[in-house]
Amino acid sequence: MSTRTTETELVAPAVPPQKGEAPLAIAPVLTITPRRHGFFPVKELWEFRELLYFLAWRDIKIRYKQTVFGAAWAVIQPLVTMVIFTAIFHRFARISTGEIPYPVFAYAGLLPWNLFAGSLQRSILSLVGSTHLITRVYFPRQILPIAATFSAAVDFAVAFAVLIVMGVWYGVPPTWRLLALPAAVTMVMLTAMGVGMWLAALNVKYRDVGHTVPFLIQVWMFASPVAYPLGLVPARLHGLYAANPMAGAIELFRWAVVGGPAPPVSLLAIGFGATLVLLAWGLFYFRQMERGFADII
Amino acid sequence: MSTPAIRVSGLSKMYHVARGRRRGSTMLREALVDGVSALWRRDRKGKGADPLWALRGATFTIERGDVVGLIGHNGAGKSTLLKILSRITAPTEGRAEIYGKVSSLLEVGTGFHPELTGRENVYLNGAILGMTKQEIDRKFDEIVAFSEIERFLDMPVKRYSSGMQVRLAFSVAAHLEPDILLVDEVLAVGDAAFQRKSLGKMSGVAESGRTIVFVSHNMAAIHNLCRRTIVLRGGQIVFDGPTDEAIKEYLGFIEAQAVRAFEDNPDRRGDGLVRFTGATITDETGRATQFLVAGRPATISFTYENPQRFRRAVWGMKLHNQLGVVVADFHSQYTGVDAELAERGVLSCHIPTLPLPLGHYRVSVWMTVYGRITDSLPNAALFEVQSSVFFGAMRTPTAKDCTNLVHHEWRHDPTA
Repeated sequence: MSTRTTETELVAPAVPPQKGEAPLAIAPVLTITPRRHGFFPVKELWEFRELLYFLAWRDIKIRYKQTVFGAAWAVIQPLVTMVIFTAIFHRFARISTGEIPYPVFAYAGLLPWNLFAGSLQRSILSLVGSTHLITRVYFPRQILPIAATFSAAVDFAVAFAVLIVMGVWYGVPPTWRLLALPAAVTMVMLTAMGVGMWLAALNVKYRDVGHTVPFLIQVWMFASPVAYPLGLVPARLHGLYAANPMAGAIELFRWAVVGGPAPPVSLLAIGFGATLVLLAWGLFYFRQMERGFADII
Repeated sequence: MSTPAIRVSGLSKMYHVARGRRRGSTMLREALVDGVSALWRRDRKGKGADPLWALRGATFTIERGDVVGLIGHNGAGKSTLLKILSRITAPTEGRAEIYGKVSSLLEVGTGFHPELTGRENVYLNGAILGMTKQEIDRKFDEIVAFSEIERFLDMPVKRYSSGMQVRLAFSVAAHLEPDILLVDEVLAVGDAAFQRKSLGKMSGVAESGRTIVFVSHNMAAIHNLCRRTIVLRGGQIVFDGPTDEAIKEYLGFIEAQAVRAFEDNPDRRGDGLVRFTGATITDETGRATQFLVAGRPATISFTYENPQRFRRAVWGMKLHNQLGVVVADFHSQYTGVDAELAERGVLSCHIPTLPLPLGHYRVSVWMTVYGRITDSLPNAALFEVQSSVFFGAMRTPTAKDCTNLVHHEWRHDPTA
């Protein structure tokens, strides 16, 4: 149920009257009780989609307004990381990436990774960063981490433009494999949303969760095939490795944009399963905690 | 039969107040440590939390088109009730049924961002308050015109004066068109002229048949806007009826509270570094009293305690009439008193000719040290002006006629 209902719903048919209360000709538009029902307020989120849009828009606008380089940051960060990776992993550690030039390989891994890391970081901090809104206005709280994820996606789109330029420069032609790109991006965002919602809710209760995020992101990156190809991972560890949904997502993304060996189906299947589990857990935990946000934040 | 807008039954909200800690959030580390040490202890609840019922068993129905006031002390449950009705927080027990689109205005300018321009903030704030983009587009010119800041619309809000920010924020809020509007003490912002304009807008909204629930400490505003008022105390509804009677009930309780204002006072504010310990009102004979005569001298004195021996302080008191309106303000800097505080002492304010109409009055008092409020009591003392020699004539003005008495003289010139 929602407050944003049209007048016509005010003349809905009568509900059975409560014990001892006079029967009413109309049904309430909204009933507030101690318990909240449902798992994920899809209908409500749809009604609040404009707020979602405005919040994501605000995040992007402010981020680009407050910094000297503005949108260029979205490009500088992965580019600099790519240069460092190329120096360390390619020149010093001599990691081979087959026929794909290492810089392209690294950049194509950094793009989905940064989308994930950016979404995760912003969504985890989204609730405690909006204390003011949470204690003073009603809206489905899921909007905050979701808007954070979308605002990170804008950075991703900007950085993606550079990948196209690099593809042209190194002569990597686009192919029909690009059709798999949306699937890879969706997987990244759903994983970020799931983990992000869980940790965002946890961060409301335990403020030190926020401090562990940079560490978590760093460890997670080295557990994902960002700087090195999947082939370097020992085969007996593949099952475990696949449980990290970012492994499948990054491999799929890289394959879609620059080619190379196709990711094994088992990697994708296990990874996507893990994404769904994380997402379900994130949504569930968030829903459980949501009621108390305004009281403890 | 009239149609309801809000039906509330048995609505309650309990908070767990952790002992010795204010915030609800904690550190994961502490939780882990607590969890582990709880294994060794008997009480599994750990540090333990005292239940506090911020609202208990609230039951009432508000009909469509009603404008209902909600008054009570700080902590009486007004804001909790409003927050439950606007779904910001969930009740612990009971239910509320809302018939129509609700907007809540617990503060003006929620979500305003200093980096964004006035125009951008109108859209953002409008969306946060529940307006659609289309709706904002349609009302945009009206909102801007009401705020009177057209010229600065494309400037970041951080360069606005606070008055301008408030104007813009209130203008957005004033253009909401819900069926039911929940308002928490938001009219006490901006300059006096804008406050009047806002109040005018609110009465306009009230007359347009919308349902409004209105929380305020401003009894005059409650009196003007609401026919019916609910009084909350300690989380419970203690009165629900005509506004006149509700205000009497509320102020009557404040009077009872004033007797022990310096002991356990929920409305007291400040860090307590310099504290008031008592208040006395004396008449011209030096006798302590609660009854004063308009036109005669009166002295209001406050004893204080200053254990850390701060020397420089700024203090003041205000006199409020029955509607809570400030009728006189006394500020140590108005008269430029330059007193050095001692460890203990008495600050007394002498009024040579009391210029107040007949009625009941309340004295509030505050003290600041280096800009920090050390003590502030909204209800330090009470008195009644029972008779008047101010004008020395037969008729004596009462609080219904005016707020202040002014020495004057009528002249008549029949030849002009």
